[in-house]
Amino acid sequence: MKAGFWRSASIIAQRDLRVEIRSGEALSVVFPFAVVATWVVPLATDASPGLLRDLAAPVYWLIFLLFGMMIVFRQTASETADHRRVLALTGLDPAARFVGRSAASTLILFPISGMLVIPVIVLYDYRPPSGIWLMIPVIILGAIGMSMLGTLAADVTVGLRARTSLAPLLMAPLAAPLLMSASQALESLIAGGGIILWVLVLVIADLGLAAAGVMSARALEEIAL
Amino acid sequence: MVSPSGVGAPPRPNLIHSGQVSPTPRDQPPLPISPLVDLVDVSVSLGGVGVLSGCRLSLLPGESLGVAGPNGAGKSTLLATVATFIPPTAGTGNVLGTPLGTPQAPAVRALIGWSGHVPALYPDLTLGENLKMLARLCGHPAKEGQLALEKVGLGGAVNIRTERCSNGMKRRADLARLLIGEPRLLLLDEPDAGLDRDAASIISHLIRTTTRRGGGVLCVSHDAARLSGWADRVVEIREGRIG
Repeated sequence: MKAGFWRSASIIAQRDLRVEIRSGEALSVVFPFAVVATWVVPLATDASPGLLRDLAAPVYWLIFLLFGMMIVFRQTASETADHRRVLALTGLDPAARFVGRSAASTLILFPISGMLVIPVIVLYDYRPPSGIWLMIPVIILGAIGMSMLGTLAADVTVGLRARTSLAPLLMAPLAAPLLMSASQALESLIAGGGIILWVLVLVIADLGLAAAGVMSARALEEIAL
Repeated sequence: MVSPSGVGAPPRPNLIHSGQVSPTPRDQPPLPISPLVDLVDVSVSLGGVGVLSGCRLSLLPGESLGVAGPNGAGKSTLLATVATFIPPTAGTGNVLGTPLGTPQAPAVRALIGWSGHVPALYPDLTLGENLKMLARLCGHPAKEGQLALEKVGLGGAVNIRTERCSNGMKRRADLARLLIGEPRLLLLDEPDAGLDRDAASIISHLIRTTTRRGGGVLCVSHDAARLSGWADRVVEIREGRIG
């Protein structure tokens, strides 16, 4: 008798979170690196405060994409082919593995993304519009989408020699709907408009990625083994 | 001793090589026993390169079979094929009553125990966390993972992070995995590599307990003499061909 779907997904997520807590790489390596990256634009361009403020949101989402990919791929790289074989022999549903891995990546990516707002506000003299807290669900939905996309891209490229370069190449264009929706939500908020439409787009994109991940999990698993 | 034909005399008293049980004292007709593993002319290619070619192999319940061969002979691929990880490119195969290379094949994985060259443990987790996680995924209480570690003499190392363990400890912990859930079919790839003599007795114990409860064991190694100590019969594999 094997564990049920959600229990299996939860066990996999716990494993990934435990591995991340032990290594602490997302917080101690990736986050400081991301902060340095936010600092590069004001340092290199010597831009006026007004221009910097305009650049704040695009730079944030760009860094969210690049460092989000880094976090998600680091997570997925911790699993070797032998690990996957052992997991397969427990009767683990590959779809539960996908859900568990994506959930763990989201739980790592979301607080890092949230913390990244602080250096952007400080370094870009950014004045968040009123109701900025409405961006929290946008960042959560963006983190969920990035995590699922990264897990999917890592599974598609598993075993390929050019995996480390191919996976981001695959992921970056597919992340466009997520990033566009998220940045448009912020623009709309600044302009005093609503963000419901963009949140809906994000939800639809996340649901599409979830369906793709769950439905392709078995086939990708068989290729990986 | 290697039997090139692959049909060496099995020492187990209740089984004969034809796949049937010995006649009972009442002379009833022999009952057919389905083999746990039955490969007929199975070939496997990886990346266009033939690794296994026309392999025939049968493993009965209660039997342990050794497959000996040099490096690159196809031993690990043979195990991966039986474990349903690699579908055959030609021939037919059945594992635990399920045809290989079909959508149903993954369903038998939960009944298979496999130990590869390298211990498949997560270095950032403790030995206990590794084994408890696998026990929970198998649907058993986490405690079974700890018990399995105790059985292989690692009861005191439950909280040690795997990356800090010696290779021997990792190998032992990897074998402890196979004690969870009593798999019906054990697949062992060079199982004694990196183990001392005491630890190697764990392998004998695993094989004995599995065969006694009617399971089967397929063990591959480059060392035929070592295999003959564990297996009822030993066959040879060379350049992807058995026998």
